[in-house]
Amino acid sequence: MTLAEKILAAHCGKKKISPGELINVKVDLVLSNDITAPIAIKEFRRIGVKKVFDPKKVVMVPDHFVPNKDIASAEQAKMMKEFALQQKLVYFEVGEMGIEHVLLPEKGLVLPGDVVIGADSHTCTYGALGAFATGMGSTDIATAMATGEIWMKVPPTIKFVYSGKLRKWVSGKDLILYTIGDIGVDGATYACMEFTGDAISRLSMDSRFTMANMAIEAGAKAGIFSVDQNTLDYVKSRAKRPYKVYESDKNSQYSKVIEYDVSKIEPQVAFPHKPSNTRPISKVGKVEIDQVVIGSCTNGRLEDLQIAARVLRGRKVNKRVRCIIIPGSREVYLQALRKGLVKLFIEAGAVVSTPTCGPCLGGYMGVLAAGERCVSTTNRNFVGRMGSPQSEVYLANPAIAAASAVLGRIAGPEEVGR
Amino acid sequence: MKLRGKVHNYGDDVNTDVIIPARYLNVYDPAELAQHAMEDLDPDFLKKVKPGDIIVAGANFGCGSSREHAPLAIKAAGISCVVAKSFARIFYRNAIDIGLPILECEEAVDKTRAGDTLEVDLSTGEIKNITRGLTFEAKPYPNFMLELINAGGLIEYTKRKLAANRGIKVRR
Ligand code: SF4
Repeated sequence: MTLAEKILAAHCGKKKISPGELINVKVDLVLSNDITAPIAIKEFRRIGVKKVFDPKKVVMVPDHFVPNKDIASAEQAKMMKEFALQQKLVYFEVGEMGIEHVLLPEKGLVLPGDVVIGADSHTCTYGALGAFATGMGSTDIATAMATGEIWMKVPPTIKFVYSGKLRKWVSGKDLILYTIGDIGVDGATYACMEFTGDAISRLSMDSRFTMANMAIEAGAKAGIFSVDQNTLDYVKSRAKRPYKVYESDKNSQYSKVIEYDVSKIEPQVAFPHKPSNTRPISKVGKVEIDQVVIGSCTNGRLEDLQIAARVLRGRKVNKRVRCIIIPGSREVYLQALRKGLVKLFIEAGAVVSTPTCGPCLGGYMGVLAAGERCVSTTNRNFVGRMGSPQSEVYLANPAIAAASAVLGRIAGPEEVGR
Repeated sequence: MKLRGKVHNYGDDVNTDVIIPARYLNVYDPAELAQHAMEDLDPDFLKKVKPGDIIVAGANFGCGSSREHAPLAIKAAGISCVVAKSFARIFYRNAIDIGLPILECEEAVDKTRAGDTLEVDLSTGEIKNITRGLTFEAKPYPNFMLELINAGGLIEYTKRKLAANRGIKVRR
């Protein structure tokens, strides 16, 4: 069995399972946020049980529109907070919070071998830890909050093998954008993407989170990495409960195996309006921009800010650009402060915000006007995703985003000069 | 159960951000969400749509965000059913969970145009294009999906399951 199949089998009490099989899975963690929790709570109440199955396994994170952007979103956040406090759930107020998918691994709430479901499509991020994690809607989450279980169809696994040495400035973001560009936005629909190869074993945890995060952008149910020393080092100081490490069998059945030589992959940019609409940076041409966003559950971690800082150090953000930098969590924010990154960003002419999803989904803190273009380290560039339906979002890694902020057009970090 | 309505036709990869843009997700009441359904893809959608109408779309309908607000919004706007070549998996679950009928049928999508009248028989999966006099067979629902649909959605199904388990021991 594959890694994903082994985790699912262990959580449904079966020795062996195969793709297509319907199973009832016990979950280790159930997540929702200030947008999806209100519907989940409403549906939970309809089921008629009084208490969630285990308050230590139900997490609610206000992150999309908080600190509340308007009265309506304040009402939603309030409803969630009251429910979370009354049920004694795992809950983080704004001073302690972060974007859910940055926060949960940091807090040790997700561990290898777990099954996690969340009312947020980017729940698949936790696959970086060797967990099986997938996004669902609010009603599914309500059911799991009540029963601790959820039905699932066992997905087939597609194996991706990345080999070779990464070029300079190429990160997990570029590998996943390249992959989505190759297989398309429905290239892995219903499947689990297993990321393997020597290039992956050298990849940082932050880059792995980025890749697993965007598995959904290929339609996947989950993205998953096997656990190695990197993972164990990350988990060691955070885990407060035991966990289990699973491995794909040598003779695992994959629905497909796709191989990439990463030494041929340049930094990538996804043009509007699909994450699969990718081009290598050398083929981008002249695209003037109005805004840069560096942050989100995709690229809002410390390594991302360090890369941006390397490009922005001693340089100035272009006059025509709003450069918005958002650490993904309090921990990332504090580390960025200690390392002097926040000062560097502000001196370069960027704004640095408290952790929030904010502009990633066109919520607040950087909404685009008609005709405006943004280079963003986020994960989606659909029509209207960051504001006006006439605006444009270009997805890229933090180095490209920072270089673009300096030059006022989409540019690679090599173009800003020494 | 038979559904009948006029067709609104869209292409591949219709994502949940255009079905209901995130800027309107500060509320979750279906009727309020419906006011902005499909707005970024088809600004005239609300003016055109009549109760019972059917969305016909290409592959990967409902991709992107997990927001259940998407099926809720189009259902509350009056859409009775979505026929597509294929659905993104979270949207598929959400639609079944909240009781929005969805059917997969490539041929029906290829041979149907905006403004046609469709009649969909949910019990048999038969899709009739009344305007063109054509009949298609949708992919049948897996048995478990039928159980969910017949129970009236996931919440009702869960309630029944919990009631059946009572006496044995309800897991809490
Ligand atoms: S940062 Fe963006 S993609 Fe990530 S959870 Fe927030 S809104 Fe969703």
